Amino acid sequence: MNGVHDMGGMQGMGPIRYEKNEPVFHAPWEGRVYAMNRALGAFRKWNLDAWRHDIELLPPADYLRMSYYEKWFAALEKRVVEYRFVTKEELESGKAAASAKAAPALTPEMARRIDRGIPSSHDPSVAPLFQAGQRVRARNIHPTGHTRLPRYARGKTGQIARDHGVYAFPDTNAQYRGEKRQHVYSVRFAARELWGENASPRDAVYIDMWDDYLERA
Amino acid sequence: MSTRRRDFLAATGAAAAEGNLHAQDSHGHDHQAVPSDPALRVKALESLLVEKGLVDPAALDALIDTFEHKVGPRNGARVVARAWVDPAYKQRLLAGAAPAIAELGYSSQHGEHMVVLENGPKVHNLVVCTLCSCYPWPVLGLPPVWYKSAAYRSRAVIDPRGVMREFGLELPEDVEVRVWDSTAELRYLVLPERPAGTANLSEDQLAALVTRDAMVGVAKVTAASGGQA
Repeated sequence: MNGVHDMGGMQGMGPIRYEKNEPVFHAPWEGRVYAMNRALGAFRKWNLDAWRHDIELLPPADYLRMSYYEKWFAALEKRVVEYRFVTKEELESGKAAASAKAAPALTPEMARRIDRGIPSSHDPSVAPLFQAGQRVRARNIHPTGHTRLPRYARGKTGQIARDHGVYAFPDTNAQYRGEKRQHVYSVRFAARELWGENASPRDAVYIDMWDDYLERA
Repeated sequence: MSTRRRDFLAATGAAAAEGNLHAQDSHGHDHQAVPSDPALRVKALESLLVEKGLVDPAALDALIDTFEHKVGPRNGARVVARAWVDPAYKQRLLAGAAPAIAELGYSSQHGEHMVVLENGPKVHNLVVCTLCSCYPWPVLGLPPVWYKSAAYRSRAVIDPRGVMREFGLELPEDVEVRVWDSTAELRYLVLPERPAGTANLSEDQLAALVTRDAMVGVAKVTAASGGQA
């Protein structure tokens, strides 16, 4: 989706505002939002790609106006109903309808351990389509759903720097249309290829790309 | 509203009044002034989820405690200091970062697939996530607000030297800047250069010099750096 979240290369967003000795959470509610997301995530009803897409689907003006945890909370309120953790009526009234009580998926012991979320990228059964050193072009595609192919790279030519192994493909995984596991590479794009002749001749941007985002150049 | 939050907003207001919104010590922040409303709505949702048996408040407390007190840039600093004093460790770290980082006891979600990027006299690495806010949680904790801001996410790829200049880092033209956009599940940690004049420091003393900002790539480590960021 060509959304406002796809920010690479945009201008006019102002200076970078730096806070010294910044707290992890700026208010207790931010920590509760973070932790509730993780606790409900432990039910494994949604995947990380669908989760990211929920944030991307916030109205653009809200996305730009809201703080990080306000975005997380807005997406969480939508998600708890969509994934049937609570009904819309329960969310609005704040009262649980009389029904069987569930068991939390995340226990305090698990929370202290913090489990690993992404499976191994080692999978010899999936062959890479590209090799390190090869010239490639990022495809000029504009998927309307979730994608991790940033706009500023589309149609640009680069070089495979490193093969990172096999990962679920976000574009299909976010829609629960299969993991479509494939290789992910760091692709090196010269700054001048991306931004033109005013960019530094030495500099480069490395972007992680799945096989399906690339074609031979 | 917590005391901390109130103090923070007061400090922000004071800075704004001085026309000094993006001063280093009390910036304007991407946050809107958060009304009490979100706090109440968050509390209401938590009560509902607890009542339905979906969430254990003690698990939420444990997660918050972990990220406020146990996981943070000190972890990454220990990795960097070990790499500086132990060449064999550094080699393992650059070859396969996640297992090498796990040797020091740091491994968890958003750290399964780590890549360590070594800075040198002629190469400087900078990490960003233009599409959201991907960040190596086990070694750096949760990201600071500036890393998640539209200003940083938009500009780090098109004007990395300008971004670093805002952090006070001016790089010579003959240094190659490599920006890493974390668009997949790889998480990047910068291994900064060991500063001159630190040959006699212990591993612990070295770790104390390593800052979060240097491990993202917006700063260098100096013999005088250290502290929280």
